[in-house]
Amino acid sequence: MEALVAAVTVFVLAVFIGFEIITKVPPTLHTPLMSGSNAISGIALIGAIISTRTDSPKLATILGTAAVAMAMVNVVGGYMVTHRMLDMFKNKR
Amino acid sequence: MNGFEISAGWINLAYVVAAILFINGLKGLTHPRTAVRGNLTSAWGMLLAIVATLIDGGLAYQWILLGAVIGGLIGGIAAARVQMTQMPEMVALFNGFGGGASVLVAGAAFIIAVEPNAQTTVSTGLSGLIGAVTLTGSLIAFGKLAEILPGGQIGFPGMKVFNALVGLGALGCVGWLTVDPTAQIAYWIIVAAACILGITLTLPIGGADMPVVISLLNSYSGLAAAATGFVLMNNVLIIAGSLVGASGIILTRIMCKAMNRSLANVLFGSLGPTADGPSADDVYGGRVKATSPDEVAMLFDTAQRVLVVPGYGLAVAQAQHIVREMGNVLEARGINVEYGIHPVAGRMPGHMNVLLAEADVPYEKLREMDDINTEIEQIDVCMVIGANDVVNPVARTDPQSPIAGMPIIDVDKARTVVVVKRSLSPGFAGIPNPLFAADNTLMMFGDGKKAITELVTALKES
Repeated sequence: MEALVAAVTVFVLAVFIGFEIITKVPPTLHTPLMSGSNAISGIALIGAIISTRTDSPKLATILGTAAVAMAMVNVVGGYMVTHRMLDMFKNKR
Repeated sequence: MNGFEISAGWINLAYVVAAILFINGLKGLTHPRTAVRGNLTSAWGMLLAIVATLIDGGLAYQWILLGAVIGGLIGGIAAARVQMTQMPEMVALFNGFGGGASVLVAGAAFIIAVEPNAQTTVSTGLSGLIGAVTLTGSLIAFGKLAEILPGGQIGFPGMKVFNALVGLGALGCVGWLTVDPTAQIAYWIIVAAACILGITLTLPIGGADMPVVISLLNSYSGLAAAATGFVLMNNVLIIAGSLVGASGIILTRIMCKAMNRSLANVLFGSLGPTADGPSADDVYGGRVKATSPDEVAMLFDTAQRVLVVPGYGLAVAQAQHIVREMGNVLEARGINVEYGIHPVAGRMPGHMNVLLAEADVPYEKLREMDDINTEIEQIDVCMVIGANDVVNPVARTDPQSPIAGMPIIDVDKARTVVVVKRSLSPGFAGIPNPLFAADNTLMMFGDGKKAITELVTALKES
């Protein structure tokens, strides 16, 4: 139960930090914000990696591997496409 | 214990550092100058979290490598190849993968769990529910945006009742998990129900409401990851997931506000012409003035300030580069050219900004709606390219209209308005636009790219 309360605390505080920062993102950068947060939601990759543990049942490893693939699409694709877009926002004079 | 919490303290420390890097990275996105560095900071955070997890040992590395190579290749190729006009469908698809990954991780957690307890299984159920809705909802949104599926509102009678029943069923199964935490079947029923729900909730939502839907699904993909974090009791998943969740919710709210509609109205209501509204003939009858590129070119002879107002039609016609060239030609004549961006122009938040940035328009020239509206009377020529509902003055004047109260760019107050459009067909709201028949409006009919190309030629000749 204590662990749950700690986790809820972390969750609530993180949501607040998110609100504070993201309201300051200008509309011009809303698309890169979305693709960038796509990349961050690829954090599920961490969970996916953990579920492939060698002492876990085979089925869990298979699900974990599929999850690694899906999350990697987000991580690699998300960061790369965001970088591509943001590069265009640099002022080229 | 559910059998696989991260034990080593230093790994959790690494996760805290990763979380700080994510937060700082997002902070970088608050200005175009710092944005590239911000994105890299966030990427370093991700790398740190991944490496820390991998070092822990006891993992099936060959399987991880297999998944990583497949996913990395797909993501990398997609990111390198995607056209800027296709960003909405790309983001929609990525949202879906995020949700899908969470479903699978939560499912695996269920199988691994040695002694499942109610606390973790409820989180697992929610993770599966949100993740699966995100997965199929995003695939439908992707299909609509990529025009694989029809973009309009699709539905069947009793759909809302059906959705409510499926949703209640899924929540009932979450309840089942609290009573019997070992009921694995309940988890997969939740996932199946949520997969159906994602489809039936997204199908009825039409094209122009897509900015709201993508933002919302973006939020869900984060919340699903956060729920997975509760399953694994893993802080970095909780923090990163909630940052994304918050981001998506803020964007959703901004998009709803820019349409003057509530989220419930976008998701469950239907937007359509009211029966007693004025017909197209009443509004346009004999008052629409068509013009040619040569005539428009002459308008610029006396102009000092020009405002370009782009809409989804600009993206469809891929006209951003030629619009920029037009801007260059006009600026070479000493004319001040700016761009007025409506928050819901296009199919996702910031869609127009990215297209214009791709065409090398400096971001200082992109003006927000409220900002440019205060100066709109000083605009000599306003070029509306592929936009309709977001410049429809009816929103201001007719309280009975379906778009009444929606904030618009007041282009009708500019001295002269040139509307580049294929025809007089209505926008998503399905109502005629009196702007097209206004005294100070000229219609330049045709495909955006072709019409502007002809205009640029005419400008260079004159």
